[in-house]
Amino acid sequence: MTSEPQSSRLGGGPGGFPFAPPLPLFLLNPILKRIVHRIAVQNPDMFDRLGPHRHAYFLIDPVDIPFMLYLRPDPEALDFRAVGRRNPPPHAARISGKFLDLLTLMDTEQDGDALFFSRDLIVTGDTEAVVCLRNALDDVDDPIAESVADMFGPPGRAALNALRRAAENAQKRKGAK
Amino acid sequence: MNAMVKPELICPAGTPAALRSAVDAGADAVYCGYQNATNARNFVGLNFTPEEMEKSIRYAHDGGTKVLITLNTFPPAGKVELWKEMVDLSARLGADACIVADIAVAAYIRDTYPDLRIHLSVQAAASSPEAIEYYVREFGVKRVVLPRIMTVSEIRGLLKEIPCEVETFIFGNHGLMVEGRCSLTNYVTGQSTNMDGACSPAACVKYERADDGSMSTILGDYMIDRFGPEETAGYPTICKGRYKCDARDGGYYAFEEPISLNASTMLPDLINAGVHAFKIEGRQRSRAYVKKVVAAFREAVDSIMAGQEPRLADLVALTEGQKQTEGALKTKKWR
Repeated sequence: MTSEPQSSRLGGGPGGFPFAPPLPLFLLNPILKRIVHRIAVQNPDMFDRLGPHRHAYFLIDPVDIPFMLYLRPDPEALDFRAVGRRNPPPHAARISGKFLDLLTLMDTEQDGDALFFSRDLIVTGDTEAVVCLRNALDDVDDPIAESVADMFGPPGRAALNALRRAAENAQKRKGAK
Repeated sequence: MNAMVKPELICPAGTPAALRSAVDAGADAVYCGYQNATNARNFVGLNFTPEEMEKSIRYAHDGGTKVLITLNTFPPAGKVELWKEMVDLSARLGADACIVADIAVAAYIRDTYPDLRIHLSVQAAASSPEAIEYYVREFGVKRVVLPRIMTVSEIRGLLKEIPCEVETFIFGNHGLMVEGRCSLTNYVTGQSTNMDGACSPAACVKYERADDGSMSTILGDYMIDRFGPEETAGYPTICKGRYKCDARDGGYYAFEEPISLNASTMLPDLINAGVHAFKIEGRQRSRAYVKKVVAAFREAVDSIMAGQEPRLADLVALTEGQKQTEGALKTKKWR
């Protein structure tokens, strides 16, 4: 376990949350639960790549939104919920990055190592657990972002397309710097 | 000059999804391995079960793509059974070739499966005509993967002297240690790149961040680099670490820098030299990497073969430390 300071490079912090959620966390959590169960049902083999790390808790930290995600990818005891930033719960590893970068990772459009090299992705804690999670998610048939969007029908797919465009523009801006 | 042949594009796959991405992006062949010590990329959560390999070979063959299986580590003395089992499995599943480094594994394929192609892994570090001729003569090796230490001119000269195909790396890790002989990771982690297949295993790696935004890379009990807040990072391997030494002020990349090979500008020279296959490194990378890099080189090779100026996609964002080099292919003074 480690404590992680906020990255100056990644932004975030007060006033840095352009993707502020419209819902309180207690309303968000049933949706997250539904999402993770659907992904697990669709991709039962993905858990094999996690080995013993399926029991680990991961803190996924989109630094530009006001909450974090807490994941235990254990098919016997799945857990996925939003948690506040003030007191992060115990976790084996933490993965921090901008929301759009994390989204494009889940959309299999971004390479995690490339984000790590550019320091846009920060990993702390159990590196092996993170590598296993990355490999498990990378091997699912349909990109997870797409599966999640499909769950919400046309509005979900429209939202994903809008986010994809935003991510593409963000990439272009980064490339132009 | 050798007759101009269209080189095969040999692409990496660490997972079945990456293999499918490589096939769909135009790979001529995909190389991949099993989830055990026979594989020099024996990393956690990566690689193929026998069932996954069977399905993946079927997918690749349906797409007209070959599958080359990496059995490219060295069995400890007297413990070659696992390697033999994986050879048997690969032959049964219809692999197009096995990439091997060890002579016991090569001899087993030669004696048991004479029709199964043997490619000599870069881990064998064979770069002289004499060494390569030995492997061809004794084991029937059909192709040699050259170490990343040779210039195009040297490769051209070598091709005139050897009776087998040549494969060169064109993108990815710029590893210049004497491959198959490097024991740096053993020293720090107790695990062997060459026999366990794990260089800098993730279980031994930690990243620590400081309040100023700098990040330290720890391997085992040793800090091997510290990156400033705005500095790009590299892989946690000792050969890419930065150290204090008497001869230099401050931290110094004593072995190699975090940088990737990108030989895209050298492709016409390599094709003219008669290289038979181009290899993209990166079985540990995501399928997004596989998709982008394979597509870029597919387009570049096809353009050159059609007599056009190659269109070279910008791949720097995917390179280690976001830096790239043509390495020894261009000059021995790459640093």
